[in-house]
Amino acid sequence: MDKMIFKHEFLIRIKSVITWSLSVSALLFVFFSFFSVFADQAEMMNQMLEKFPKELLIAFGMNNMNYHTVLGYISFYFLFIQLLLAIQAGNYGFGLVSIEETEMTADFLLTRPVSRAKILTSKLMAALASMLLTDIFMWISMFTAISIFSEGKDYDMATLLLLLFSVILFQLFFFSVGLMVSLLVKRVRSVTPYSLGLAFGSYVLSAFSGVFGDVKLEYITPFKHFEPAYIVNNRALNTPLVLINVVITVIALVAGYWLYLHRDIHAVS
Amino acid sequence: MSVIEVSHLTKFYGKSRGIVDVSFNVEEGEIFGFIGPNGAGKSTTIRLLLSLIHPTSGTGKVFGLDVTKHGPEIRRSIGYLPSEVFYYEGMKVIDLLKYSASFYEGNFTERMKYLSELMELEMNRRISDLSFGNKKKVGIVQGLLHNPKLLFLDEPTSGLDPLMQRKFFDLIREENKRGVTVFFSSHILGEVQRLCNRVGIIREGSMVEISDIRSLQQNNYKKISVTASGLTPEFFDTPGVTNVQTENGSVNFFFKGDINAMVQKVSSLKLDDVTIEEPTLEEIFMHYYE
Repeated sequence: MDKMIFKHEFLIRIKSVITWSLSVSALLFVFFSFFSVFADQAEMMNQMLEKFPKELLIAFGMNNMNYHTVLGYISFYFLFIQLLLAIQAGNYGFGLVSIEETEMTADFLLTRPVSRAKILTSKLMAALASMLLTDIFMWISMFTAISIFSEGKDYDMATLLLLLFSVILFQLFFFSVGLMVSLLVKRVRSVTPYSLGLAFGSYVLSAFSGVFGDVKLEYITPFKHFEPAYIVNNRALNTPLVLINVVITVIALVAGYWLYLHRDIHAVS
Repeated sequence: MSVIEVSHLTKFYGKSRGIVDVSFNVEEGEIFGFIGPNGAGKSTTIRLLLSLIHPTSGTGKVFGLDVTKHGPEIRRSIGYLPSEVFYYEGMKVIDLLKYSASFYEGNFTERMKYLSELMELEMNRRISDLSFGNKKKVGIVQGLLHNPKLLFLDEPTSGLDPLMQRKFFDLIREENKRGVTVFFSSHILGEVQRLCNRVGIIREGSMVEISDIRSLQQNNYKKISVTASGLTPEFFDTPGVTNVQTENGSVNFFFKGDINAMVQKVSSLKLDDVTIEEPTLEEIFMHYYE
């Protein structure tokens, strides 16, 4: 790894990291501030939800929920935090190499006396550090929110930690798939449509997977691999699905390296 | 010693041609001109040697090392000035130069100061606020900063005003005197003529001529203009004559071959006027492109 590239890459992303961290934390606090309402009126809430079609509840992951417990409530809205983190990770993945090419700075970087493998590793580490920083911010916010809004209710710390740490693998998936796709297409003009597409696409797959029951869409979407409700209800990760997730991530990363090392950097035209 | 050795180098972008079977050598300490119109393959050749793109076939060696295998090692001693300069927009000039210098071993503070003062570069401005010409100056300083042994200049003068161009040429000559080899790509012949020892002419992806710049001018072609009454262009329809044109009653052409035979032929005419001169590089060049 090259320290200078790492530092440069990290600093370039720092504003984005702050923005994402604040957004994730804000979302977390807003959701959690309604906890007392849900907890107090759990019975009424359940009655209301019974009137909704079952498919709709499954689609939004709202079946089998215990809104009056801390973890039950978190698992209900954690999906939205995952969605934000997925978009962020996708952004970093799709943009890791392609931004240098659209902004034509690739010529500068790749004519330095550093191998491409080293450049990619340095960039990768900087992006991972950026995501980890967002995670740390989110974890701190989560514990702060719990201490403010949980009204002293008990919860299983191990399960919560499992849920919170699972986001790292979750983000890696979107990051590495984004990186690979960005190297497969000829030119990424703008990163956001790609990352939004990947994040919402995966989410929709996960939602439909619930609706159609038999269709095995859960194999390919991280929203199923790391379904909060599953983690909370079983107090464990869904090991086979997590393994699938890790395998896809590793394949995407290896493919990303191979594609980058063999890539032609075209002149400005 | 050859600093650059290119052997049967070929690059296709899918089905479209980059360069085909290009071979040439550049010797240590020379300024090698690489001329050709836009799209002839000049940038492709340079980008192959910088390992920004990968060859379809053939080999390129710099400092005796294969460019596909030893890229990082080779690039330690290379300076590159692209035709259009792009840097991280948010950075200040000074920060970019420091970032660039950090990739090389040594302290370049003094040299940075010297070069930026010479090129009249404002170090504290943001890259995004710079004009095209000023970005080019950053490119020049950045390319020369780490004392490279080999310089790749790809259309280096576009965007520079004449005064800066002259300073730039002086700088390149000065570097060359210190032993730096220069690979100078351009489509402007005047500047190649001013600066280079040897030229390679590339056309539609193939090298058509590699020659000493003097012999290119002196030994090859004469530009002859003949004015005589009743003279038709057909009179000069002999081997070695090309580019016959009639203008204001005089016949102009290029001639390559035994000059005695031509003088005899001309002397059989009743002349009003005759001139025999060296063609400019420009004219030689046009000739290759017909």
